[in-house]
Amino acid sequence: MSLAELICPAGTPAALRTAVDAGADAVYCGFQDATNARNFPGLNFTPDELAASVAYAHERGTKVLLALNTYPPAGKVDLWYQAADIGARTGVDAFIVADMGVADYIARVHPQVRLHLSVQAAASSPEAIRYYCENFGVKRVVLPRILTIPEIRQIRTEIPCEIETFIFGNHGLMVEGRCSLTNFLTGQSTNMDGVCSPASDVEYVRDADGSMSSQLAGFTIDRFGPEEKAGYPTICKGRYTAPHRPEGYYAFEEPVSLNLSRLLPELIDAGVHAFKIEGRQRSKSYVRGVVRAFRAAVDDIRAGRQANMADLVALTEGQKQTQGAFETKKWR
Amino acid sequence: MSISSETPFPRRPGESVVARLSCLAVQPILTRIVRRIATRHPSLFARLGPHQATDFLIDPQELPFALHLRPDPQALLLRAVPRGAAPRAGATIRGRFLLLLELIDAEQDGDAAFFSRDLEVSGDTEAVVRLRNALDDMDGSLAEETAAMFGPPGRAILARLRRTYVGETTALENT
Repeated sequence: MSLAELICPAGTPAALRTAVDAGADAVYCGFQDATNARNFPGLNFTPDELAASVAYAHERGTKVLLALNTYPPAGKVDLWYQAADIGARTGVDAFIVADMGVADYIARVHPQVRLHLSVQAAASSPEAIRYYCENFGVKRVVLPRILTIPEIRQIRTEIPCEIETFIFGNHGLMVEGRCSLTNFLTGQSTNMDGVCSPASDVEYVRDADGSMSSQLAGFTIDRFGPEEKAGYPTICKGRYTAPHRPEGYYAFEEPVSLNLSRLLPELIDAGVHAFKIEGRQRSKSYVRGVVRAFRAAVDDIRAGRQANMADLVALTEGQKQTQGAFETKKWR
Repeated sequence: MSISSETPFPRRPGESVVARLSCLAVQPILTRIVRRIATRHPSLFARLGPHQATDFLIDPQELPFALHLRPDPQALLLRAVPRGAAPRAGATIRGRFLLLLELIDAEQDGDAAFFSRDLEVSGDTEAVVRLRNALDDMDGSLAEETAAMFGPPGRAILARLRRTYVGETTALENT
């Protein structure tokens, strides 16, 4: 049975408290290093902050999930193992992992702590998911954002673990955990260093006419007109010219956010156990607004009422939203 | 990363006199504010990391001056500067005054303000991200704390500013 747990992001202790107070069933967070995929400057938790945050959450009946969802470079696993040891000592309720070596370590050394399979593992078939369940005791899989609801419903019948899907936030559709675009331009790895478009390589340049160019490592990846809404400075959502498209076009994806609020009843009916809100890099204001909106919606649906969702478009990237592949494979 | 050259500030006739007088008037308040923040929220400096020594220029568009911030806990600096005399900054953050205040107080989301183009940043993006994350981890309301420093008149001024901002924002959205 779907419990429709609400899994909410926190980039700082204050954001974690905000998420808990706004009605999160669980909050996910990470350390201030490469062990998680939001290794951004000034973001994340020290071990002491995590311990205090776990205590705050547990006192209020909220779980804390620790993201260890990057891939250690070959032979450099100590940082990930130490992070797992600290997390277990701190009393986190689950680890979110992508790498098999990290999963294996936790399964052997900290078998009392649940393992969730990160979207960064890109496990989208029953066979792949079952492999993680059988070999590492994974209890939940976070599905990539490439599946329709009928496909999720089918997978649910073929795997022995819970399903978590994203419902709001960044709409990353690359083969997750395999994207090397940032690495190509900056030398830093999204998957091993935890940085997608590192801020140290990003620059915004305002032109005299009010246009703004976003640049990564010196390469212009988009240019927004004076009145045009902007997006994140990520290569996958950049606009490029090509011989056949001299006017410039989105070669990979458009700056747009996922919003599945209208599909919540169908997702619950399909057996999705938990709903994830993306955005550890976002502010307390975002966390408060989105968590409250989805808390109310999930509670309405559980009570058999029509969900009356708050309008969240102002918080979306490019101020545009989509239901992506969850609605139809024709999303692109 | 490179530091971009700052966009020239548009100057209006008589602005420099007004700006200099305004700077003199607000400086004692700014000094009190920044000392209070440092005392009450010491943990924010750790999140700034190497950017404690960065010069930030915060440009509230409708005020007659900009703010120069250097968040060095050993030599904390927040001063009002006429735009024409603003120092070369490592990072610049520009937007409407109350939007900036609401961002600090987590009443608005910085990314959303960036997407809508109401917030503009230039220079060292990492410095801006660190400052944003440091401030976002601060509990309480800086606006309320500052207003409370001046008692009922301070709170009344803040309430009036907010009403004006909400009114103007609504009017802009309806145009």
